[in-house]
Amino acid sequence: MGRWTLGATRALGDVSIWRPLVIGHMRRLGVDSIPIAIFIAIFTGIVLALLASYIFTGAMPLYMVGALVGKTVMMELGPVLTGMALAGRVGANIAAEIGTMRVTEQVDALETLGYDPRSYLVVPRVVAATLMFPVITAFAVAVGVLAGWVTSVNLLDLSSVEFLKGLRLFYHFKDLWFGLVKSASFGAAIALMGSLRGLAARGGAEGVGEATTRAVVLGCEAILVLDAFWAVVLL
Amino acid sequence: MIVLDGVCKAFGPRVILDGLTLDVPDGRNTVIIGRSGSGKSVTLRCIVGLLQPDAGAVRVDDVVVGELDRDGLTALRSRIGYVFQFAALFDSMTVAENIALGLTRRGIDAPEIAERVRESLALVDLAGTEAKYPAELSGGMRKRVGIARAVALRPRYILYDEPTTGLDPMTTATMDELMIRTRDLGVTGVVVSHDMKSAFAVGDRIAMLHQGRIHRMGSADEMRASDDPVVRAFIEGRPDHAVAAR
Ligand SMILES: Nc1ncnc2c1ncn2[C@@H]1O[C@H](COP(=O)(O)OP(=O)(O)O)[C@@H](O)[C@H]1O
Ligand SMILES: [Mg+2]
Repeated sequence: MGRWTLGATRALGDVSIWRPLVIGHMRRLGVDSIPIAIFIAIFTGIVLALLASYIFTGAMPLYMVGALVGKTVMMELGPVLTGMALAGRVGANIAAEIGTMRVTEQVDALETLGYDPRSYLVVPRVVAATLMFPVITAFAVAVGVLAGWVTSVNLLDLSSVEFLKGLRLFYHFKDLWFGLVKSASFGAAIALMGSLRGLAARGGAEGVGEATTRAVVLGCEAILVLDAFWAVVLL
Repeated sequence: MIVLDGVCKAFGPRVILDGLTLDVPDGRNTVIIGRSGSGKSVTLRCIVGLLQPDAGAVRVDDVVVGELDRDGLTALRSRIGYVFQFAALFDSMTVAENIALGLTRRGIDAPEIAERVRESLALVDLAGTEAKYPAELSGGMRKRVGIARAVALRPRYILYDEPTTGLDPMTTATMDELMIRTRDLGVTGVVVSHDMKSAFAVGDRIAMLHQGRIHRMGSADEMRASDDPVVRAFIEGRPDHAVAAR
């Protein structure tokens, strides 16, 4: 563990190696992830609005639908569902790519050319995911709330004014940054799991497949653990 | 000078190298022959520090590889080119980018990099392939790019892992010629092979790896004339039981 930390610190110190690579990884991440994030957000928003109206009807004023959709999308479902989906997509992608490089000796080739694979392969991916996940999640949150709003107006007996009133009523700035901080940590965890599983891949195609599966499972587990961690620490 | 001194390496219960001792003289090609799985690649990996010996030491230019820190290892590797068995080209990069990567790391400026890329591709007769991706190249071409990538760094040593395995006879001859040409440029070569024809062609010295040690060593003529049963069986390509029967 101590050696691992030392290695990671040194890799982070190789700024001149990883910095030029970050932008490219961010772009790829965005292109890969935004469509799926938006897709999930739309359906989450719709379901949440209907669910909230079902729960609140007769018990509370219906504008509470806006509050529930806003809070849950920003604080929990936006970051977590997006994170889960990207653990599959991004985590698997990274593990497969680095795993293939490992079993075809490309990682060894990197080392013989004087590059620390952690500096060249792992750090730029982790940094890119940490920076990009909040952006993707912000998109998802906006789309989710919008979907909830449209649903409320069209399928429920709710006006835009009422929905927005509910949305604003209990909103704190913390709701938003809480979700975004969480998503940054999810991004870091997913990229890290994918990279480390990839680097540890052994054998041939089978080893890469195994690394990929492990990366996705570990990524999802990390998300759940981190989700609880942030709730305990920040709420 | 590269010196392997009693190098031992095991993976779990499987002992691969068992006290391997070998001196690699400068300016010549030393060929290590041995059967598949005898530990030839493991030996090369120990020389560049991709693997650490369990016992014994590898010394390159009088420095013990196992005692180097991260920066020391990077400095060492800047003097050693490694040509991988399946080339290990970065498949997300073009040929030129593959060759340039190691040069960039060394802080060489862009015009010099472009010049060295051109020069090393010309050396392996692949001028004009700069913009191609590895997937667009044949196996033999990929191996030559692998050599170009190593040569471009102007290393003192080049380690070749089975440079001719799986190649047609003509491409093999080209590879042999390349390894001789590189040696004539003053580069010390360590060539791992089980291709006897190629070994005799490029090897100034030939060492036979058997049961984790150097079993016999000598010039091509000495090896050809050897009456050692293990060497004979390997050179003549006789099946296992023939050795056991003697
Ligand atoms: N990293 C490793 N982990 C476990 N076993 C290995 C590793 N590298 C090599 N081996 C084993 O060591 C033996 C010798 O390998 P190698 O040096 O690649 O043989 P060759 O002489 O054909 O190049 C093989 O049986 C291989 O399975
Ligand atoms: Mg081998």
